[in-house]
Amino acid sequence: MSTSEKSYDLVIIGGGPGGYVAAIRAAQLGMKVACVDKRGALGGTCLNIGCIPSKALLHSSELFAQAQHKLADNGVDVGDVRLDLAKMMARKDKVVSDLTKGVEFLFRKNKIDYVRGTGRILEPGAVAVELAGGGSEMVKASSVIIATGSQPMLLPGLEIDEERIVTSTGALAFNKVPKSMIVIGAGVIGLELGSVWSRLGAQVTVLEFLDHILPGLDREVTKQAQRVLKKQGLGFQLSSKVTAAKRTKSSVTVSYEPAGGGDAGSMKAEVVLVAIGRAPYTGGLGLDELGVRTDDRGFIQVDERFQTSIPGIYAIGDCVPGPMLAHKAEEDGVVCVEMLAGQSGHVDYNLVPCVVYTWPEIAGVGQTEEQLKAGGIEYRVGKFPFQANSRSRATGDTDGLVKILADARNDRVLGVHILGPMAGDLLQEAVLAMEFGATSEDIARTLHHHPGMGEAVKEAALAVDGRAVHV
Amino acid sequence: MAIDILVPNLGESVTEGTVSLWLKKPGDAVAADETLLELETDKATLEIPAPAAGVLTEVLVPEGEDVEIGALLGRLEAGTAAPTAGAAPKKPAAAEAPAEEPEAAPGAPAPAPEAPVSTLHAPVGLDPDSIPRSGAGGKVTVEDLQAFFEGASQEAVERSGPAVRKFIADHGLDAALLPASGRDGRITKEDVLGFLAGAAEAAPAAAPSAPARAPGVPAGDRREERVKMSRLRRTVAKRLKEAQNTAAILTTFNEADMSEVIALRKRYRELFEQKHGVRLGFMSFFVKAVVGALQEMPEVNASLDDDHIVYHHYYDIGMAVSTDLGLKVPVVRDCEKKSFAQIEKDIAELAGKARDGSLSLEEMEGGTFSISNGGIFGSMLSTPILNPPQSAILGLHNIQERAVVIDGVIQVRPMMYLAVSYDHRLIDGRESVTFLVRIKELIEKPDRLMLDV
Repeated sequence: MSTSEKSYDLVIIGGGPGGYVAAIRAAQLGMKVACVDKRGALGGTCLNIGCIPSKALLHSSELFAQAQHKLADNGVDVGDVRLDLAKMMARKDKVVSDLTKGVEFLFRKNKIDYVRGTGRILEPGAVAVELAGGGSEMVKASSVIIATGSQPMLLPGLEIDEERIVTSTGALAFNKVPKSMIVIGAGVIGLELGSVWSRLGAQVTVLEFLDHILPGLDREVTKQAQRVLKKQGLGFQLSSKVTAAKRTKSSVTVSYEPAGGGDAGSMKAEVVLVAIGRAPYTGGLGLDELGVRTDDRGFIQVDERFQTSIPGIYAIGDCVPGPMLAHKAEEDGVVCVEMLAGQSGHVDYNLVPCVVYTWPEIAGVGQTEEQLKAGGIEYRVGKFPFQANSRSRATGDTDGLVKILADARNDRVLGVHILGPMAGDLLQEAVLAMEFGATSEDIARTLHHHPGMGEAVKEAALAVDGRAVHV
Repeated sequence: MAIDILVPNLGESVTEGTVSLWLKKPGDAVAADETLLELETDKATLEIPAPAAGVLTEVLVPEGEDVEIGALLGRLEAGTAAPTAGAAPKKPAAAEAPAEEPEAAPGAPAPAPEAPVSTLHAPVGLDPDSIPRSGAGGKVTVEDLQAFFEGASQEAVERSGPAVRKFIADHGLDAALLPASGRDGRITKEDVLGFLAGAAEAAPAAAPSAPARAPGVPAGDRREERVKMSRLRRTVAKRLKEAQNTAAILTTFNEADMSEVIALRKRYRELFEQKHGVRLGFMSFFVKAVVGALQEMPEVNASLDDDHIVYHHYYDIGMAVSTDLGLKVPVVRDCEKKSFAQIEKDIAELAGKARDGSLSLEEMEGGTFSISNGGIFGSMLSTPILNPPQSAILGLHNIQERAVVIDGVIQVRPMMYLAVSYDHRLIDGRESVTFLVRIKELIEKPDRLMLDV
């Protein structure tokens, strides 16, 4: 076994959105950087088995659904529509591999050393890497950033085989459309992948412990979202606690009981997707030996400079507390590295946008109406339905609404929640406005092009003051 | 909605002012930010703007009365602004017009440029309604006002976006000192960059994060202190550096035998004081000599404006005065028309105002030439810096008996060195030297002043 040793200013363990962006930012700031990653392809969960492949499939499956149901309404007769799942999957795989190679290119461009292998922190400043190609390497650096991300949370009693009982990873790679599918967990991942297979022909039922879907988002918006998804064919079994799953050769039977107690029930499907959330992934890093403090859920505890309990070791992204979102991890990485370079931080963690890429999309930023009520904050609300938006009428995407919550005292926008076509992209203007402490009137008095979905945002802002024009 | 018009924060170490002039009277319609009244403080005259558009309803403090920070000056009824100033006071019927009048009805003319500014709420930091009132009977205390302004600058930071917030944090800036040229009082990136550039210019030695002791300097009772520059000091620093960066400054020297001026003063001092009630000093002689020389060398009394030369056919002479608050340069106007006595009176009055801090901005603006007297502190020789946009400045120094040779004989004479710094872009050596020689001649033979020869 050969062992070599290299020295850097910074070594990052994990090449996902948090790690690779931190690496590039550090290189921009003049640091000598190495990034250790064991997957074999950069980009982490997001690029390989998360955001990107799911968005590719969401797009393809939506086209399929449109071809089946919507094109004819538009006077486009395409005859019988057939699904070529192998081709759809191949396209998804190409999107993924192109993007991960893109990250490798960015590493070369920024002169970042990409160390393929599994990193273990021996002491602050020293990372031992079991190289993927055999052998080992000692990577030394003044600072170490842990950016190892997260992995699907498992449910006791349900053994994942990634075939019949799957996590998101398996649900992104079925080689045939299951006839039926049970999705455990009505969160972002469950609803997105449930939508994909529902559109492709599976009978999908979503089982959720809580009495509502998409916890954490504004309830009025998620309630409407549930109605729309139900109309599209998704079944919902809420307030239900999964107790067991029994796998046979061709199906899985899931037993559940009402969350509040009562008679148990069961349902059978060809496949089961477990999407109850994600947990920090830090195994094998040597954290316990080092004494790096984690909380009871396994998240690494960090201070405002992202430093762990051990000086010189930092952690960012999904493995530290906070929303487990790629864009949040990226910002963590940038801020952490800029602070290492002596700058100050800039992220407002109250303004992390959250988007669910169903169709219509569901997007939110800032506080929900429930949070404002709980916080005793006086607010005013403005809502506008896409039903009354001319562009939505023209495209036929009339489900959903824009909801703006503004401080009753000074009109500052406190939260914006959208269910609608391209809701995520529409939300971005609200994120920017909120970064500048804008009032609802600022949005209302900003020109929005006509006809555009964005006019719904403007009208909702007008509605805060009770003067929406088109309702 | 009735809005109180309060005395705002008047700047460092200033706690009160005098209402000098109400520009509006009750019933007058005012636009937002239109000046309502002028307030004189010991630093300058401040214009108090209307916090919102509306009609001035009450004037509670008459002209000439002193007021403290936070005092109620008057009241304004917001939202009922007539379109043009001077319109009739509010008519009962029209007064009930909706508060959001600027709302454009369909087909209405395009809103005025001010329209996008929030009409629901006055700009943050200027809404006197939101000032806390912890004093007895709901009065605003000085502490309330301080908290209000601190809160306002915090709010301005929050509303100024991530780039500006990072700049402020990176450089440890005090947001309250930053200009805020953005909409609704937001601080723009340009504001911060300009501020940082200005700070670097005004204090090149003080690096932003230089509180650390120089290496090798032992600790102990060798202490240092970091004190924020006063606004006046910062202004002085900025203007002087501007002058040095802009003008091509050059200094020419000469000396003057003061014997005759001293003799003249001695001879008429008592009579002069009896008649005019003011002492006969040296300054009136120098002012008169300067005016005479300026009349012969008009470039020296001119200033540059871009690629134009502006010749001033009046002679307003700035007098540098050192005060506890810093350097001030009040201006004596129309010196060519004034008698020695009038000039001495003006100088005495302005110097007094400068020392007790009651000079108005107007009294310090618009000079065409300046005189700086370092002699009173014992300076033998110096090179004064221009007071822009003026093109020249005369430096006076101490009078000392020196041995001079007159007609081949060494004599003891009271001598003063004279210096003229000038902007070589406009004034050549010939003019400046001739100008100073002329002053020397007029001081050495003051009777020439009378005869204009």
